[in-house]
Amino acid sequence: MKIPMSWIKEFVDVPADTSLETLEDAFVKVGFEIESIQVLGADLIGPLVIAQVKEIEELVGHKKPIRYVGLDCGEGKTRYVICGATNFVVDDLIVAALPGAVLPGNFEISARETYGKTSNGMICSARELGISDEHAGIIVIPAGLAKIGQDAIELLEINDVVIDAAVNPDRGYALSIRGLARELSASLGLKFNDPALQVEPKRFEVNKSGIQVAIEDPEALSVVYIRTIEGFDIKAVTPLWMSRRIEKCGMRSISLAVDITNYVMLELGQPLHAFDKTKIKESLVMRRAGSDKVLKTLDGQERKLAADDLVVADKSGPLALAGVMGGASTEVTSTTTSIALEGARFDPITIAKSSRRHRLSSEASRRLERGVDPSLAEISTARAIDLMIELGGAKYVGSAFAGSPRYSENLTFDPNFVSKYLGTEVSLKEVEESLVLVGCKISKKSDSHWIITPPNWRADLSLAPDLVEEVARNIGFDRIPSTLPIGKSGARLNDFQYRKRGISNYLASNGFSEVYNYPFVNPKYLADLGFIGERAKAFRLANPMSEEFPDLRTHLLPGLLQAVVRNMGRGQKNVAIFEIGSVFRDTVKLASQPIIGIKKRPTPETIKSIYDGVPVQPVQVAGVVAGKICPDGWSGKADAFTWNEAIGFAIKIVEISGNSFEIVPSDFAPWHPGRCAEIRVDGKAVAHAGELHPRVIAMLGLPERSCAFTVVLSALPVQSTIKSSQLLTMPAAVQDIALVVDAQVPATKVEAALRTGAGDLLESIQLFDRYDKLGDGKVSLAYSMVFRAADRTLTADEVSAFREAAAARALKECGAIVRS
Amino acid sequence: MSLTASELATIVKGALSAIAGAGDLSEIKKVKIEHLGDKSPLAKASQSLGSLPADQKAEFGKVVGAAKSEVNSAFEARVLELEALRDAKVLLEEKVDVTLPAPKISKGGLHPLTILTNEINDLFLGLGYRVAEGPELESEWLNFDALNIPADHPARTMQDTFFVEPLEAKLVLRTHTSPVQIRTMLENKPPIYVICPGRTYRADELDATHTPVFSQVEGLVIDRGITMADLKGTLDYFAQAMFGPEVKTRLRPSFFPFTEPSAEVDFFFNGRWVEWGGCGMVNPKVLQACGIDTEEFSGFAFGMGLERTLMVRHGITDMHDIVEADIRFTQSFGLGGR
Repeated sequence: MKIPMSWIKEFVDVPADTSLETLEDAFVKVGFEIESIQVLGADLIGPLVIAQVKEIEELVGHKKPIRYVGLDCGEGKTRYVICGATNFVVDDLIVAALPGAVLPGNFEISARETYGKTSNGMICSARELGISDEHAGIIVIPAGLAKIGQDAIELLEINDVVIDAAVNPDRGYALSIRGLARELSASLGLKFNDPALQVEPKRFEVNKSGIQVAIEDPEALSVVYIRTIEGFDIKAVTPLWMSRRIEKCGMRSISLAVDITNYVMLELGQPLHAFDKTKIKESLVMRRAGSDKVLKTLDGQERKLAADDLVVADKSGPLALAGVMGGASTEVTSTTTSIALEGARFDPITIAKSSRRHRLSSEASRRLERGVDPSLAEISTARAIDLMIELGGAKYVGSAFAGSPRYSENLTFDPNFVSKYLGTEVSLKEVEESLVLVGCKISKKSDSHWIITPPNWRADLSLAPDLVEEVARNIGFDRIPSTLPIGKSGARLNDFQYRKRGISNYLASNGFSEVYNYPFVNPKYLADLGFIGERAKAFRLANPMSEEFPDLRTHLLPGLLQAVVRNMGRGQKNVAIFEIGSVFRDTVKLASQPIIGIKKRPTPETIKSIYDGVPVQPVQVAGVVAGKICPDGWSGKADAFTWNEAIGFAIKIVEISGNSFEIVPSDFAPWHPGRCAEIRVDGKAVAHAGELHPRVIAMLGLPERSCAFTVVLSALPVQSTIKSSQLLTMPAAVQDIALVVDAQVPATKVEAALRTGAGDLLESIQLFDRYDKLGDGKVSLAYSMVFRAADRTLTADEVSAFREAAAARALKECGAIVRS
Repeated sequence: MSLTASELATIVKGALSAIAGAGDLSEIKKVKIEHLGDKSPLAKASQSLGSLPADQKAEFGKVVGAAKSEVNSAFEARVLELEALRDAKVLLEEKVDVTLPAPKISKGGLHPLTILTNEINDLFLGLGYRVAEGPELESEWLNFDALNIPADHPARTMQDTFFVEPLEAKLVLRTHTSPVQIRTMLENKPPIYVICPGRTYRADELDATHTPVFSQVEGLVIDRGITMADLKGTLDYFAQAMFGPEVKTRLRPSFFPFTEPSAEVDFFFNGRWVEWGGCGMVNPKVLQACGIDTEEFSGFAFGMGLERTLMVRHGITDMHDIVEADIRFTQSFGLGGR
């Protein structure tokens, strides 16, 4: 909220020498962040005077309208200036900057030749003076509000400090001069004169003379006041001191009646609504819209009402969307002379719902949603009609009210709780002073039993910690010492977290750069990559950042591939990247979320339905290699990165998780149908790896034969602790064997046959050569087998026998012939 | 048959002169075989000892032993000389330019968000915290209601939330990692010490300092007698680990529905106060929603943005660098640099 210090000072005696830093620190100390501090008029030097327009000569032949204006600046002669604005007529009072003046932006005013005339000064707009953003035309001051020759800097109260304080949602009362003046006074230890106490509402008698009011739904509001006046002078204009304050608070001056309601709202925090009294049929009722379907609001829109909307109605139907926006039919216009003024303490949730339903957020709804001091309905309406009588010459007719203010309940409070909760000694005296300072009343039963009555405007004070915060704000958070609690022993990463860390370290150490992509995807792109079925069932965002990417990713590769393209676009020739992250698939019908409160822990069944209503989100690790994984070097070219390496990385990731696996060929998008491996653990697919589909490569403009892998980390079972067996130290015997097999036989099958045939003493087996130029659809596979016994050196005969047994098995299972 | 002393002396002399004459390490290898090998005259002299009568055996044995030892010492000394010679000469010729780039070493790296998360996890593991994680697409009740952010409360609109269709599913992209705190409290009995790192979402346009997808780390402690001083001490410890032992922190009163009192935490770094995150004592309403006895237990919570932490600590000036998956950014952090 923007607050002019000149207004604040009406209620707090802030010493004149208080620095801006002190003011800022004072607000920050009690919990108000300062968005900005504007020093108005700091870069403005006079002479700036009120002048009257005496004559206007329109200069023609220019691209835009140009006027040559004669001004009476109170100098006894006419001063002529050039002006590009047209929103004024002869006799208007305007603001003139005379030669020697300096306007914001170091704009020096001097007599100068322009448009073939001498301009001896300048007629100013509000923006040129740095007092508002208004630049539609120059400032025209209503007749009677200024004298010719008067100092405009003083008249327009230009010199001021405007502080923009951020107000948190629990402190609705601080969306007012009253609230922030109170906070500032408490923070600086200064006396505070409450503007609400300066109003005497009882002067305005409650009677049957004005518009009467009733509350139909007491849930929606606790109290409403309607005060009626008549004889409001339609010619009366808003005095400059009022319009300037409204403008400094960031609102616009509109008309006297409306300005008064806004002024009182800014001052006290209570939104008010003025109805044209003559348009109200008999009396008002505060009720839900019910079967009434439409209301034309004063912005001219036909609003479709929800049955639940709170309206102010008369017997003809709804007149206003209560607390949110007035209706067109009862709008106060330039001819309105009789006004019924409404001020009410609405239920914040009711207003919030209406405001959101109709997408109408206003200065009024912002305050009402946060809760307004219930005593203000009576006080602020009185304050406003007081001003209408004083400034608009109105005559008081009468007042009516319904309901009564509902105040927060008293709290039972042990003041010693403050020290216990803050972890530092705070004396009972300090606790008392702090609470009194924010407006609490204290009744002491004993040193550990106080009854606290929170002030009217602090509906947020309902629990002991709320009071602790008030004390802490007052004594300063700096008072709280530093102590370090230590948690449970035996804390460790869980198996999944260890695994994730191991895998990211492995990939990064082996040439992959880790990235994080946004999980938003385009469904067409997903389809173009070949994602179908369950892997294309994406959740759609109701409010995506852009219509181009409305879906949540179902897989990491689409995002990674785009990242590769982006990197290549930025000049990279080789890109090896990986990502670890969650994916989202809308494949399971989810339990519906229960609607429950938070007064107590949900039942186990409810917790289960909350959990079951959230989809399982698998964690994947995926990598893409476009080009080579390392650059060519001075000593030779780097190896190509092929489908085989991609599968190797996927295998290694599975191995890091401690799982054993099998590999089968697969046909899976977006991979090459003949160059994709599926890796299975316990018979279930957990990974895919290989070369990307040529169509995908062409579509994205990637280097030929780019490769990718994906492992579903969360699908890898957690294995039990590794049991180590004793290492064998007897000599090893090595046997090589070359087999000719049909090229269609998978190498894993051949290896498995050799393993089985070779027997228990086979320690390891390694494919060390593959020759595919035999013709006839045959290949030669050469394996090196290492045998070792626990208790003896194996003899040559023994080892040959193992080799032959292995060959026999390979022949039987794979038709492999030993190559001689 | 045995050798005379003079014959032995000749053998020794011949051996010594051959050793002295060896010009490099390969020559001396040959000399070793010739003069100290199994078939060398000295070896033969040793073998001949066996045929001597017992009384001569001891005496002549000593002489042969001395001769062998002399030749051996000369040999070893010459080897050392020749090795030194080689080191001085030959190795010099084999000198390479060791500043040449190592071939086939690729430049991979961890994203700094991962490095930072690991660092923070390790820090808090050391304080006895567990690392808790949870789903990014989350139930509204866990993301909002349970945290004392009721529907239609202004606080709910403070965070620009991404909703998924259909809205009746009541699923949101979590706006903070706080639902993980709620899950932790629903699944465990206090004492609870957890750190919750993870990805979070708010519908902010990407610019130099904002991103709709960002990362947070939150901490939650629920135990007997937990105070706001405990919160402050923990934040000090955390800040010092992140920004150096000299760093100062300050708490400023603020508002969060899930904490009371609430504060913003700032740290003083490179001559200015920097906003770091929010914190406070866990609101009893939140504990109550999780079935924790507020008479027995109290707790604190805090939350920081990881991107912001990185930006300040490493002088990253544009959020785009963090989110655009440019490998040059990742590679500049390598495998764990800070």
